Amino acid sequence: MAEEKKLFKVTIDNITIEVEPGTTILNAARKIGGEVAPPAMCYYSTLKGSGGKCRTCLVEVAAGSTADPRPMPKLVASCRTNVMDGMIVKNITSEKALDARKGIVEFLLINHPLDCPICDQAGECYLQDLSYEHGEEGTRYEFKRRTFEKHDIGPYIQLHMTRCILCYRCVYVADQLTQKREHGILDRGDQSEIATYIHKALENDFIGNVIDVCPVGALTDKTFRFKNRVWFLKPQDAHRDCPKCSGRVTLWNRGDEVFRVTARKDQWGEVQEFICNECRFEKKKTADWVIEGPTRISRHSVISQGHYVDTVEPRETLPAVMGGRKPKLLMDINNVSEVNRPGIDLSEIQGPAHSMDFDSENIKP
Amino acid sequence: MQALTTKAKTVGRKPMTFWEKLYIPVIARGMAITFGHIFKKKVTISYPEQTRPFSPVFRGVQVLNRDEQGRERCTACGLCAVACPAEAITMEAAERLPGEEDLYKEEKYAARYEINMLRCIFCGLCEEACPKDAVYLSETLVPANFNRQSFVYGKEEMLIPHPKKDPEGFAKARGEKRS
Repeated sequence: MAEEKKLFKVTIDNITIEVEPGTTILNAARKIGGEVAPPAMCYYSTLKGSGGKCRTCLVEVAAGSTADPRPMPKLVASCRTNVMDGMIVKNITSEKALDARKGIVEFLLINHPLDCPICDQAGECYLQDLSYEHGEEGTRYEFKRRTFEKHDIGPYIQLHMTRCILCYRCVYVADQLTQKREHGILDRGDQSEIATYIHKALENDFIGNVIDVCPVGALTDKTFRFKNRVWFLKPQDAHRDCPKCSGRVTLWNRGDEVFRVTARKDQWGEVQEFICNECRFEKKKTADWVIEGPTRISRHSVISQGHYVDTVEPRETLPAVMGGRKPKLLMDINNVSEVNRPGIDLSEIQGPAHSMDFDSENIKP
Repeated sequence: MQALTTKAKTVGRKPMTFWEKLYIPVIARGMAITFGHIFKKKVTISYPEQTRPFSPVFRGVQVLNRDEQGRERCTACGLCAVACPAEAITMEAAERLPGEEDLYKEEKYAARYEINMLRCIFCGLCEEACPKDAVYLSETLVPANFNRQSFVYGKEEMLIPHPKKDPEGFAKARGEKRS
């Protein structure tokens, strides 16, 4: 008979839960779920060694353990601190922790450009959510924000170094998922930047996962660049037989066109199963995929706008009233509108669309 | 018969008196009212020649703004479209090429921008949502037309005249409350 493990009792925001020894405070809080779970920008449960860098998950430990009930002198990073038996943790009930988080958000935003209108990550950006919940409205920073020379890291991934918050997630992905890591963080302090040494394209298989893992818009999908805003697309769960990965993905459609393929994410915004580059970048046709159904999106997310679930379509009354005749359509918007013309398939353009893609001679009849 | 309400009044059916039969005093009184209006201030205006000033909160047809150098401000962020309760706005974005810096203000711009004026309810939420001060509701009415197709406004219809090449048109399109 297996020896019964002793479970640790830990109280987070007055909710007591029993967890296995060796669990971090963050994971214990995630077990409770909801607002108790501290936000995390750098911690990623599937990546070994991640966490402890962004400090957004700081919590207050009011009592260390039953054996030593003294409070911890400083706020601790919950993703890196293991629970002890009888530990009392305060997250949203602690004014100190919330105030510290506010400061952290301000620090993260010091060098982060306010180009959300341009950024492809907007709408699914964790820094956006974090600053919305914990941040100040304005900035107190009066100096020049850091800027970088632009690096081209290949045809698939777009790097925007100014947006990076140096969470190291992409470095861990490349280390632990691909055969050979080709990028890393160069220089230090204010100058540290994600780059390849020297100017190489990231072409490892599975390297596309850095896009999903990036909490901000520093690494985005170049094949989806500027194609559409995420909240106008329709996410659908789909799968395909892939020899390299599980092939279970989320398709982002506009009509029948597949604009983007991403991995499926769980409720903490973490990728469930990493997908290969071929699935992500090259299978941009609905025919390549078996569609399972629409992805469930939290109704608090902007992506859920216009996506109605569990609705019943009302019966068409007009044909019945008009004796089977359909009402005459006085104008079909698809004949008039210049947007989403059948001659221009944005999903088939590699990389972002340019002005010549919209020129009349380039439009297929 | 039982009365249905207590408020019913019986109508007098008395025959008219001699003065009332003459009608003239009543007509004279009515005419006095009619001619009295000649000396009053007119409440109407002759419309196309004269126009009334718009209220400061008037919301007319949308205009796509340019900055001082004449570059388009819109970055196709889609916030107007997501704010639009009538779902009248659609757009397609493109990346600015090297050499187009004097045309578009940001790296990304709206290659296509359309507002379906048949759907628009002129609520002004697009103007409120715009982070780039790129779309606003002007002081102009949407011109009437006989066919529906002409009400789908694209960039040609909505883009403000170039402030340097056509300063007069620019000032006119911007309207009084903004200059």
